Amino acid sequence: MSMQIEDPRVVEFDVQTDEMLVNMGPQHPSTHGVLRLLLRTDGEIVHECTPHIGYLHRCAEKIGENLATPQWVPYTDRMDYLAAMNMNLGFSLAVEKLVGMEVNEKAMHLRVFIAELGRIASHLVAMGTYGLDLGTFSPFLYAFREREIILDFFEEACGARLTCSYLTVGGATHDLPEEMEIPDGLAALLQIPKGQRAHFFEVVEMFLSWLEKRIKEYHALLTTNAIFIKRTAGIGILSRETAISFGCTGPVLRGSGVDYDLRRKEDGEAIYTRMYEGYDFEVPVAPFADAPREAVLGDNWCRFYVRMMEVVQSIRLVRQAIPKYQKAEGTHREVFKFNTKLPKDEVYLETECPRGQMGFYIVGNGNAEPLRARAKSSCFCNLSVTDQLCEGVPLADVPSVVGSLDVVMGEIDR
Amino acid sequence: MTWIEGRFEENVITTTLEDALNWGQQSSIWPMTFGLACCAIEMMATGASKYDIDRFGAGAFRATPRQADLMIVAGTVTFKMASRVRRLYEQMADPKYVIAMGACTVGGGPYFKHGYHVVKGVDLVVPVDVYVPGCPPRPEALLEGLMRIQDKIKHRKVTKGESTLPVPHHTGYSALNV
Amino acid sequence: MNIQEVHSILLQKFGEAAVGAAFVEATDPWIVVDAGSIVDVGTFLRDDERLRFDHLNDLCGCDYFEPDEKKAPKFGHDPHVEVVYQLSSMELKHRLKLKVIVARWKNDEQGQLPEVPSVSSVWGIANWHEREAYDLVGIFFQDHPNLRRILCPEDWQGHALRKDYDFPLEYHGVRGR
Repeated sequence: MSMQIEDPRVVEFDVQTDEMLVNMGPQHPSTHGVLRLLLRTDGEIVHECTPHIGYLHRCAEKIGENLATPQWVPYTDRMDYLAAMNMNLGFSLAVEKLVGMEVNEKAMHLRVFIAELGRIASHLVAMGTYGLDLGTFSPFLYAFREREIILDFFEEACGARLTCSYLTVGGATHDLPEEMEIPDGLAALLQIPKGQRAHFFEVVEMFLSWLEKRIKEYHALLTTNAIFIKRTAGIGILSRETAISFGCTGPVLRGSGVDYDLRRKEDGEAIYTRMYEGYDFEVPVAPFADAPREAVLGDNWCRFYVRMMEVVQSIRLVRQAIPKYQKAEGTHREVFKFNTKLPKDEVYLETECPRGQMGFYIVGNGNAEPLRARAKSSCFCNLSVTDQLCEGVPLADVPSVVGSLDVVMGEIDR
Repeated sequence: MTWIEGRFEENVITTTLEDALNWGQQSSIWPMTFGLACCAIEMMATGASKYDIDRFGAGAFRATPRQADLMIVAGTVTFKMASRVRRLYEQMADPKYVIAMGACTVGGGPYFKHGYHVVKGVDLVVPVDVYVPGCPPRPEALLEGLMRIQDKIKHRKVTKGESTLPVPHHTGYSALNV
Repeated sequence: MNIQEVHSILLQKFGEAAVGAAFVEATDPWIVVDAGSIVDVGTFLRDDERLRFDHLNDLCGCDYFEPDEKKAPKFGHDPHVEVVYQLSSMELKHRLKLKVIVARWKNDEQGQLPEVPSVSSVWGIANWHEREAYDLVGIFFQDHPNLRRILCPEDWQGHALRKDYDFPLEYHGVRGR
């Protein structure tokens, strides 16, 4: 704190500091892409934090107005590139709601299976990069090791690793494969010979049971690590009221103690919750009984822990989806032609993506191309509380706060 | 160089100064941590466990351009970002190399037609040495691009200085004055 | 609570001058609200015990216009600009869509942005959403604390999601097309 010493006889008891503007980003290793934060600091303490976004504004909404709806699916991949599958799902459901299309049971369980795998992959990256933000490298290596195996499953299903465009209007582009070669990474981890082939779901189950045991290790490595707790617990506290007023969703909202998840029947819309009917899962909400003493409701630690607990729930969901998918009948895809005319109607649908509620607003006007294709970003809202969270924290905690929000700039700027 | 062989003890290798310098430089390329969009995740995957860019001596990702030799432009460059990309390039010390990773940086990619805010290829902003196509390119493709950079360094001549960079882009428009 | 009940509550409270028709046949029904009273309606919707719309899911602008003269007769809408508010209640678990409809240009003068009062005092997130709507669709939000462009650079020309937007040929020396 800067202060004036009027009486020269008073011994200076603190270092005098000046106000300074610090520019952080858009090229900064811990801003998760091209976020730019303008910090007004006094010594080490941040007084004002202004986020500047738009460095990755890729005109997705303008493009959406000029393409038929199935053609826009690949662009939804590139919004939240860490959870491409979930974005595909959200947009496909919105189009299905607009044209009044119902996918059959098999496609629904396939979608749950894929979307929850995508959620695990996304939260793994969130964990790894949060470690990087706080200065530890090893969780990143572990997270990416596991994530690569999930990407191998995606590759086997649709041929792409990152931007899959797999779930599309009417179902999915391909059916899930019958069998696959056990990924080299998984074979090495399980210490079995490379190059063996096995049933697809068997391989998935091998991976899940392996991952399940590892989660305890992540907690030892990161969540319950004394240094990690010091860097996260009690910092960046987001109150319940602020979270709701600023439209925060997903783990950020649940980390502040609001029990809201669109996958549950009472919270979400019927076309989305129908998919999760008959599934048994819990929604982790802060405060947690096993939280460290320092943790406060709505701080960085809670937000991080919600994500970690969601991984456990997603594993459960994937496990439940496998037998349901195998028993279900019908095709994986209903035909939806590119030149299908959209009705003169408009829909808005939100789905629960790993980062929060991703909404799509589509206005049809009798053409194949929508009149307006709007993507409401979850991170956009989550990021808007940064200035409040960063007020009064030391400069070194800014990456900790921003990292705990787990933003993806592609989704914010679209 | 037969006359010199066998006249020294073991563990002595003869080479030209040029080769020795180039070998040292090509084996320790330090890229800049510079992720823009989706391709940055594949760049991270290249640096992470499975693909391990460290095998090529290029694993020391630097956060500051002043310590980096290689700029991997991973992701869409927008007009708002273009001046920053250029500033970062100018801050790098010579000799410096640029990989344009992904369709967006090669020529606008999927955002070519309706992307009013997207730069149609990063070579309109900075000179590019190697183009890696793909949306996003697989980590193997990025490693291939890195090896092409290594080839380029390997064939550099000390006496002739830096070889001129190729005139960028298929469109015929030249880049900004470099 | 369904849309008709919300509509009748709003009509009772604000009268027909402020609250327009409810379009109940649509998949997602909506209520049209007069631009001048959107702040009062929003505050009421947020605070009323029966409604409690505390969460603004989305706020976006939408331009209804057909630049192609040949296609214009079949377009089916009068040219106008809409601001769409998607609301939901975390407590009572219901949803609502509001629309404010304004002319494409204020006083029909090309380049004069239409004006809508800002609801950023009601829902915090409206601050950023309105900045985005101003940036891309070109709607001026009155009494907004910080109405600047958010996605495009500050010196950007035009509003990109307008249907008659011309793409830039060049921006600060970098070719645009």
